[in-house]
Amino acid sequence: MNTAPAPAPVPTPAPASPGGPLLQVSGLRKTYSTGGTQVVAVDDLSFSLHPGGALGLVGESGSGKTTTARMLVGLERPDHGQILVQGAPIAATVRGRAARLARAKAVQIVFQDPYLSLDGRISIGTTIDGVLRLHGCGDRAARAGRVRELLAQVGLGDRESAALPRQLSGGQRQRAAIARALAVEPAVLVLDEAVSALDVSVQAQVLNLLSDIRRDTGIGLVFVSHDLAVVRYVCDEALVMYRGRTMEHQPVADLLTAPRHPYTRLLLASVPRPGWDPDAIGRRRRALDVLPGDTGSPTAPTAPTAPTAPIA
Amino acid sequence: MNAPSSTMADRRADPPAPSPSRLRLPLVWLRRAGGGWLMRGCLLLLALFVLIALFAPWIAPQDPTFGELGNGFAGPGPDHWLGTDLGGHDTFSALIEGTRTSLAGPLAVVLFSTTLGVAVGLFTAWRGGWVDTAVGRVLDILFAFPALLLAILAVALFGKGLTAPVLAMAIAYMPYTARLVRGLTAQEKTRPYIAAYQVQGHSAVFIAFRRLLPNITPTVLAQSTVNFGYALLDLAALSFLGLGVQPPTPDWGSMINQGQAAVLQGQPLSAIVPAVAVVLVVVAFNVVGENLGDRLAGRES
Repeated sequence: MNTAPAPAPVPTPAPASPGGPLLQVSGLRKTYSTGGTQVVAVDDLSFSLHPGGALGLVGESGSGKTTTARMLVGLERPDHGQILVQGAPIAATVRGRAARLARAKAVQIVFQDPYLSLDGRISIGTTIDGVLRLHGCGDRAARAGRVRELLAQVGLGDRESAALPRQLSGGQRQRAAIARALAVEPAVLVLDEAVSALDVSVQAQVLNLLSDIRRDTGIGLVFVSHDLAVVRYVCDEALVMYRGRTMEHQPVADLLTAPRHPYTRLLLASVPRPGWDPDAIGRRRRALDVLPGDTGSPTAPTAPTAPTAPIA
Repeated sequence: MNAPSSTMADRRADPPAPSPSRLRLPLVWLRRAGGGWLMRGCLLLLALFVLIALFAPWIAPQDPTFGELGNGFAGPGPDHWLGTDLGGHDTFSALIEGTRTSLAGPLAVVLFSTTLGVAVGLFTAWRGGWVDTAVGRVLDILFAFPALLLAILAVALFGKGLTAPVLAMAIAYMPYTARLVRGLTAQEKTRPYIAAYQVQGHSAVFIAFRRLLPNITPTVLAQSTVNFGYALLDLAALSFLGLGVQPPTPDWGSMINQGQAAVLQGQPLSAIVPAVAVVLVVVAFNVVGENLGDRLAGRES
């Protein structure tokens, strides 16, 4: 957490696009029922992302950020609310090949754990080739060229292309996963704790890579993370979630220097550093559990972890 | 006996296209079978029996259906390596020729039950919900039926022979595979690589059969190997009861049946020979199957 790569080179907000927002989320809500009790995982979440923009979704485990990520790519169906990508709604359920491919083109995701998100039986190159074939990208030779291009974009070569995931390091796998997501040429890329499983130096490489890709392609990034340092490095806006609710949403620089909400201040204080007092943070944490308007029991909101069981 | 034709049908129904890695799998297993002399010996034994079954007519020195009258209970010797039975049939030749039916029956059972079980398990676990629950209940009921009892029932309804018992036992063995595949699929389905395939826009059928299934195939094969041994035992028992393969077609189970009277007359050899063959093959299949299962479990953890 305190191992941030060099501070914030990116906060140059892209100009507001003439065609309206790339991604618009409004009134998103998702509840789970576990053993008869209803747990609200995400409550009335709204945000928008302009082309080339990067939004950080920040919060602790159980704050609903992974559920949000899964709703954005259609792995979970929202109870209420709407997700618009380039003005077109993302259907809650897709029927048929065309609809599936259209949704894939809208949003792609990179998962937290590159050890689990790649198919262990299939080489990196074949995996990406499969994505290209599904999306109808030319003949075998054209696809081979595109695979090489995509892998080069994330800094991988022919050796890695021929390798099985288990023959690669964590950082190489996560690069491969990013290349796989980019192969679809999505409008928006969701990164669900995509660097949390990587060690620090590799984290920095992957974050730089993402910044480059964003600058070069104008893709929109939704960066789900518990790590404020990581969010500061990649994103220009951040949205802080706590128990499914939006606590605050403002440019990253302001959020870090002048946090408005007590929960954000707590998150900032929770980052280990010299003179850091875990006990004091624990007390502030408990005080927060009785937020105004909060009806749930303190423990309930941590229950709705999505099936992917986020570690962070 | 229509086992060979059904075998072909099953191969075609078995979903995934052969990829080089899967074709190489048996070889890899054989190479890594160095786990112990027992495993290696069992694999060799099974390979030997498979070869015998394939080339039986060329190996058997005599026609096992030809009874040399007046030469019953001949002892082992140059003419009859393992002696003859009451009717003067050459026991060694009967053993060799009997390998075919004794292995083809269980093979058909395993191919049928595995294909069916994989289809049911994969479908229910993927669908989830009430379909999963309902099929689960049906499987529970099938579990309560001993395979042998179902086979005897099938014989009572459809007559003696190999076809009816093989089909009945395929149904009786199916729940074992189905339950295994269901559990594995439910577990595998939660892995992010499956979610990634979904997000990419692949169809459920493609993901389930072409991507998820190959990842659980080794475990399923281990289970099927164990099932093979049990199916052989059950079918031999059925033949022993006179309900399975009918004479003069040679079969280990019916050889034991015909030899049991001879045992009482002090001539146990014609019953002991096929009995030893059954025991060897069943034990070998069990050892190999369990070994594979253990190895896979070790690799997972």
